[in-house]
Amino acid sequence: MDLNFTREEIAFRDEVRQFFKDNVPPATRQKLQEGRHLSKDEMVTWWRILNKKGWGVSHWPKEYGGTGWTSVQHFIFNEELQMAPAPQPLAFGVSMVGPVIYTFGNEEQKKKYLPRIATVEDWWCQGFSEPGSGSDLASLKTKAERKGDKWIVNGQKTWTTLAQHADMIFCLCRTDPTAKKQSGISFILIDMKSKGITVRPIQTIDGGHEVNEVFFDDVEVPLENLVGEENKGWDYAKFLLGNERTGIARVGVSKERIRRIKELAGKIESGGKPVLQGQKFREKLAAVEIELKALELTQLRVVADEGKHGKGKPNPASSVLKIKGSEIQQATTELLMEVIGPFAAPYDEHGDEGSNESMDWTAQIAPSYFNNRKVSIYGGSNEIQRNIITKAVLGL
Amino acid sequence: MDFDLTEEQRLLKESVDGLLENSYDFDSRKKYAKENGGWSKTVWSKLAEQGLLGLPFSEEDGGFGAGAVETMIVMEALGRALVLEPYLATVVLCGGFLRRGGSAAQKAAHIPGIIDGSKTFAFAQLEKNSRYDLADVATTAKKKGDGWIIDGEKFVVLNGETADTFIVTARTKGGQRDRNGVGVFLVPANAKGVSKKGYPTQDGLHAADVTFTGVEVGADAAIGDPENALPLIEQVVDDARIALCAEAVGAMDESLKTTGEYIKTRKQFGVPIGSFQVLQHRAADMFVALEQARSMAMFATMASDFDKADERANAVAAAKVQIGKSGKFVGQQAIQLHGGIGMTMEAKIGHYFKRLTMIENTFGDADYHLARVSDGPGLV
Repeated sequence: MDLNFTREEIAFRDEVRQFFKDNVPPATRQKLQEGRHLSKDEMVTWWRILNKKGWGVSHWPKEYGGTGWTSVQHFIFNEELQMAPAPQPLAFGVSMVGPVIYTFGNEEQKKKYLPRIATVEDWWCQGFSEPGSGSDLASLKTKAERKGDKWIVNGQKTWTTLAQHADMIFCLCRTDPTAKKQSGISFILIDMKSKGITVRPIQTIDGGHEVNEVFFDDVEVPLENLVGEENKGWDYAKFLLGNERTGIARVGVSKERIRRIKELAGKIESGGKPVLQGQKFREKLAAVEIELKALELTQLRVVADEGKHGKGKPNPASSVLKIKGSEIQQATTELLMEVIGPFAAPYDEHGDEGSNESMDWTAQIAPSYFNNRKVSIYGGSNEIQRNIITKAVLGL
Repeated sequence: MDFDLTEEQRLLKESVDGLLENSYDFDSRKKYAKENGGWSKTVWSKLAEQGLLGLPFSEEDGGFGAGAVETMIVMEALGRALVLEPYLATVVLCGGFLRRGGSAAQKAAHIPGIIDGSKTFAFAQLEKNSRYDLADVATTAKKKGDGWIIDGEKFVVLNGETADTFIVTARTKGGQRDRNGVGVFLVPANAKGVSKKGYPTQDGLHAADVTFTGVEVGADAAIGDPENALPLIEQVVDDARIALCAEAVGAMDESLKTTGEYIKTRKQFGVPIGSFQVLQHRAADMFVALEQARSMAMFATMASDFDKADERANAVAAAKVQIGKSGKFVGQQAIQLHGGIGMTMEAKIGHYFKRLTMIENTFGDADYHLARVSDGPGLV
């Protein structure tokens, strides 16, 4: 047992760290540090820098542009990326639909879509959740019916993250209404410019616009846009959701936020001395740091396990990563709120537009706190994670 | 980066698990508890036979030169079986003083007796007002000729009832809480002026309050620098904290397993109570607490050999906080999920809870260590 990185791993970490230091555009870095939203241009610009370096789709198989890194290297890369901080690759393309296409798609689909995911010529979004299908995803109703050489898609998706920027959406659609819940679903790729698609923004409690409703009204989709077999979409969805188990802890994001808490709490005064010198505050912060350290090691245990035994059998500890990771992210935004105190109040109505002329950075602290309530809800709510733990660990 | 055990460590784990499986079920434990001093000489001999008492000592001292990972493996197993024998007191604590700070003569005089199981030791440190502060020592060691005269009162000395030898912290100079001026002394339990009152502790172990009245020891009784042994004490107590973290993980792991089994079989309203989501989620939270604790116990184990004492102390303190929080949660909820039966002496689960509770109050509780971490350089 040795919890230290090897000399090679440390060299790799230094290389990655230096690259981020030299190449993340300063305005992008600053916006992320301040918890502000990035414009589409800012994100795409960074992803293309990353892709040019060969790190855009790092965990893909080498033949499709991946790096062939070990699981520990992937861990280091992600953590350094989050701490830089720099935008993470667009999960919907890189971590979700990409692996589904190279695992279950045909050669034409691989050739057509994979390169465009890497270069972000296609911005992908995810069409899974529906108004009536949240945690009970398999109850989804959006349907795709065969008509000649086309699918006709009707229905509604929701919580579609950044659909306002998207070129493509991958959807779970019901293709056999007579089959039982999970078995009549197919995985279909749809062009967002198709006639009959309407995107309507949802404003979240932080005032931001990340998520949308997407309506499908007799949308025509070529038959060849079906991935894998008809009515097997649920299997692909499960594969997809299981693929990014370890990144969800977002340890690097929390580390970076703790640094920021210390920086701000060292400047902002309470009772004539920095907030950071208050014993009660220090202990609250230390408690979060301890949980984060434990989480980082739990994550490394899962990563090491994956490296040894492959991703086939999910380690039940991965659900710990989601639960604790989200709790810690929320705790850090809560501490930032505490640091800033009464100055959390001013609301910047234009803060979400990606402009560089928005109000003082302080205006983003409360929205970031509000926004982070989502992390224990998305990606399989923490309650769903507890169901998973119960089944896997206790065999109940 | 590697979380796996080596082949030798795996074999060690199998052997200690196997030994305890055969000789330490809950009924046997009850019998051992009734033997002299509250633990079994037979089991102790078996631990010696399998080499477990000699693990951390160097090969030239007759041991196996094993490291912190091996101690973690053993302590986790002892935690699982709720072992009563004085491994922590004898091997980890007093063995730690001898191997880390002892002179060649002291090692030769005492380590063989530990390894072959013929002698046990006790660490006499806690005082009426010292609480968790290791520098707070009112017991005195005054120079007399070449030797020392020790006076003072020590409390809750684990294995103090049956130990052959005490290792005692005593002040050679300075004020009661000064970092300088604390020494560590070997004192035979039968030395003139040593008196003790033994008793069982809440978790079924045994301890004693020990009074030293004008106890004369030789110059060779001092381990390390008699005027500046606090760094040694801090290191050895950190060893003990690390060992306690591992023991607690063993106890938590077994508590969760036992609880999982119980809620799968206990029926109410015609169904196993484990089918109720409210209990399932509580068990899932216990798993989360356990895994976080396991990670930090590993972190602390790795820290045991850190070169810088303050980094080691910071990591161990952080681990003890996590273990304290997790141990309390897992212990309390294990009782809750068992319901009434969990309240009885008859059921094993309550004994895990009691051991976890006592571990929390040994060498600093979560609040104490949280304050230390909050004054330190941070962990990020």
